[in-house]
Amino acid sequence: MDNRQKEINNLKDYKYGFSTDIENIQAPKGLNEDVIKFISNIKKEPTWMLEFRLKAFERFKVLKEPDWQKPKFPKIDYQDLYYYSAPKSMKDKPKSLDELDPKLLETYKKLGIPLQEQARLNGIAVDAVFDSVSVATTFKDELTKQGIIFCPISEAIQSHPELVKKYLGSVIPTSDHFFATLNSAVFTDGSFVYIPEGVRCPMELSTYFRINASNTGQFERTLIIADKGSYVSYLEGCTAPMRDENQLHAANVELIALDDAEIKYSTVQNWYPGDQDGKGGIYNFVTKRGLCKGKNSKISWTQVETGSAITWKYPSCILKGDNSVGEFYSIAITNNHQKADTGTKMIHLGKNTKSKIISKGISAGSSDMTYRGLVDISSKAKNSTNYTQCDSLLMGNKCGAHTVPYIKNKNSESNIAHEATTSKISEEQLHYCQQRGLNPEEAVGLIVNGFCKEVLQQLPMEFAVEAQKLVGISLEGSVG
Amino acid sequence: MKEQLQKDFYNSIKNLSLSQKDIEIKKFCLDNFIDRGFPNRKEEDWKFSDLSQIIKNNIGELSFYNDQASTNKVDTSVFVDGLEHNKIVFINGRIEKIDFDYEKKDQIEIIDQSETINEFKNSNSLSDLNNAFTNKCFKILVKKGYQLVKPLIIYHTTNSKIWSKNINLRLNFELDKDSSLRLIDLFNDTSEKNFLNIFYNFELKENAALKNYKVDKFENKNIKYSFNNIDQDKNSISETFILSSGSNFSKNDINCNLNGVYASAFVNGVFSLNNDKHHEIRSIINHLTENTKSYQLIKSVLEQSSKAVYQGKIFVNSDAQKTDGYQLSKAILLNKESEFNAKPELEIYADDVKCSHGSASGSLNENSIFYLMSRGLSYQQSRELLINGFLLDVVEKITDSEIKNLIKNMLGIKE
Repeated sequence: MDNRQKEINNLKDYKYGFSTDIENIQAPKGLNEDVIKFISNIKKEPTWMLEFRLKAFERFKVLKEPDWQKPKFPKIDYQDLYYYSAPKSMKDKPKSLDELDPKLLETYKKLGIPLQEQARLNGIAVDAVFDSVSVATTFKDELTKQGIIFCPISEAIQSHPELVKKYLGSVIPTSDHFFATLNSAVFTDGSFVYIPEGVRCPMELSTYFRINASNTGQFERTLIIADKGSYVSYLEGCTAPMRDENQLHAANVELIALDDAEIKYSTVQNWYPGDQDGKGGIYNFVTKRGLCKGKNSKISWTQVETGSAITWKYPSCILKGDNSVGEFYSIAITNNHQKADTGTKMIHLGKNTKSKIISKGISAGSSDMTYRGLVDISSKAKNSTNYTQCDSLLMGNKCGAHTVPYIKNKNSESNIAHEATTSKISEEQLHYCQQRGLNPEEAVGLIVNGFCKEVLQQLPMEFAVEAQKLVGISLEGSVG
Repeated sequence: MKEQLQKDFYNSIKNLSLSQKDIEIKKFCLDNFIDRGFPNRKEEDWKFSDLSQIIKNNIGELSFYNDQASTNKVDTSVFVDGLEHNKIVFINGRIEKIDFDYEKKDQIEIIDQSETINEFKNSNSLSDLNNAFTNKCFKILVKKGYQLVKPLIIYHTTNSKIWSKNINLRLNFELDKDSSLRLIDLFNDTSEKNFLNIFYNFELKENAALKNYKVDKFENKNIKYSFNNIDQDKNSISETFILSSGSNFSKNDINCNLNGVYASAFVNGVFSLNNDKHHEIRSIINHLTENTKSYQLIKSVLEQSSKAVYQGKIFVNSDAQKTDGYQLSKAILLNKESEFNAKPELEIYADDVKCSHGSASGSLNENSIFYLMSRGLSYQQSRELLINGFLLDVVEKITDSEIKNLIKNMLGIKE
């Protein structure tokens, strides 16, 4: 057996499917004001934060679960979930990594995320979120020197209330849609990033999300603020154990870019996708929204979506500042019984705003994939342009690939161009590769990687390698 | 609206000799419509055009009763000159004239189908409204192997006798094996503020060919909805061309089912809008079996505060391998108040297919204008030349040369 084959066999099963046996503190099951108070209390939150949550909960009570999406799922019983779960050892927060529960360290080691700084990953600062709490943030000192704040959001609420108060909910208000509002009410942890004026963040910031406890929903909240003239690149990775039931992940991510600032947000999402018959897996219902608030600001989303039973998210850009730029690069791969309904929204409000959407969808097995996007150029957004390209690749005739773009142009001085194609891997390409000695699976891997290249190029180096492998693995067994 | 509907409904059926069963079916449709009302923006298909609101703003209260007893005088001046053709004349929703003078009488059959209810797969509440209030419905059957010598023009005219009325029409066409029909729908309204609700059903048998040209060119203040359902058998061809320009609001809905192998469908459309007109084309092409083909091209030129909407969907069933589907929509916005919305959609369940769509909207290309002006044309001339060229692209897709010239004249396109 050659090396690659070995590697594939190792990876063929979801290698992050283990669970860590660790003692947990959980909130009582169900969703009510007491649970919200419990969460707020355990996090020692100030009253304004509790009020924020309760306001969201009031709104949540009148909202209905949306049902317009393509992938349908059995009704979620929101009273049958735990909204808070944390390793017991985190109750009295460890002061340094040495005090961290060895079992936790072990988990992250297995996941390939070394938390010990000596085993540093080429200078990437990591914030690791385990179920409902952030367990460790690395490289803090080095970042502090530059004035960068990178910490769990629960900590930021305590130590930087003025920033959190000002920006939390300013892009995704508490009155937003069903899942976002739920998150606002019960979010537990997540990352907070603030880059001060004129600072270029010297390293990649990264958050690693891990769902461990069963029957738990993960509701993390990420808030990134890039002050005038700053730059940050942020990575996000996710895994979860293999379980037969579906678990809910409903995160909110808010990005705010002020004048001349740039935020690059990359996601490699590899939640447990369920087994081959579609049993189990994560419901990934995430709200991600970026606001280009200042002039000349830029927000760029890159996502590689290979996991989750159902992926349902639309990372969006609100281009409010003049000359602001929004970008969205996406690879979504579904195999077996996975379903994805993903895309983006580009809302042009400012003058001379530009947006670019490159979406690559690959569906195999009995999976179903939908690109759904909105490009809206308002009447004031003079001289704005959008370019959209969505390509879909189908493997086999049991899967589906759909494209549903909404295009609204209300400004005669703006241009929108949209194109989409759907096809399969051509026999000629396959033949060509095989003729040169590649086996069919390698050939497909090569072609698919070529198909995705435009997006993969956008990822930071370390992620790109992982993502490229993931692309190959996700399509295992879908050819021949 | 409910009382009005019920009152008008009983007035309408009073004059008709309907069986108890028919009345009940019609009553059922009416109740359905009362239940659902006019479509509004909450329905996905009407997202960009809220008909309920449009009717409220433009017409206000509609009445649904039409006195069908008295005949209207056919105004022959509306007839198209210079093109010999067969005629069906609707005046205020009443069929006044059916004339197939140029054809062999035994090859075309006109069947009264007033009692049957149309059941469309993609039904909305308007089909219920149509079923409840249409009182005369004919099926035009073109017999096996017969190809109509001259085109058929259906004149949809309204006169000043009516206002604020809802007019419902229904026609069925069956094209038997190897037959062909060229059909022009010509709208000519002198009435104000009525709501026209038109349902056509086409059944195309093997090798049949249908060419349908819908021309709504003349300025009027009416609101129109037109639904075409086309079922296509093996090797059949349908070609639909829409010139959408005259009415205050107009929505053309096309649902085409490609049921037989090698069937193909072409939908081409031109929006040429000014003032605050709001027009929409929505097409659904269902590729249900292998080796079928569809092609759609929609172009819009929008002036003042007009608004055009194109919603096109290509659906490919898992059996429909080797499908070829293409869709392109382009719009030129000439005024900062104008608006173009598009939702080009692909829903694909088969892998060996070639499907693509494109959509672009923007202003007139400054460089092109500069090029033309530097060669001595005035700004106005350059603009006209560019717009003509832009629209000509679609008009050139018309395969019938006689009708192509007719439509070119109507649009004022010179070559």
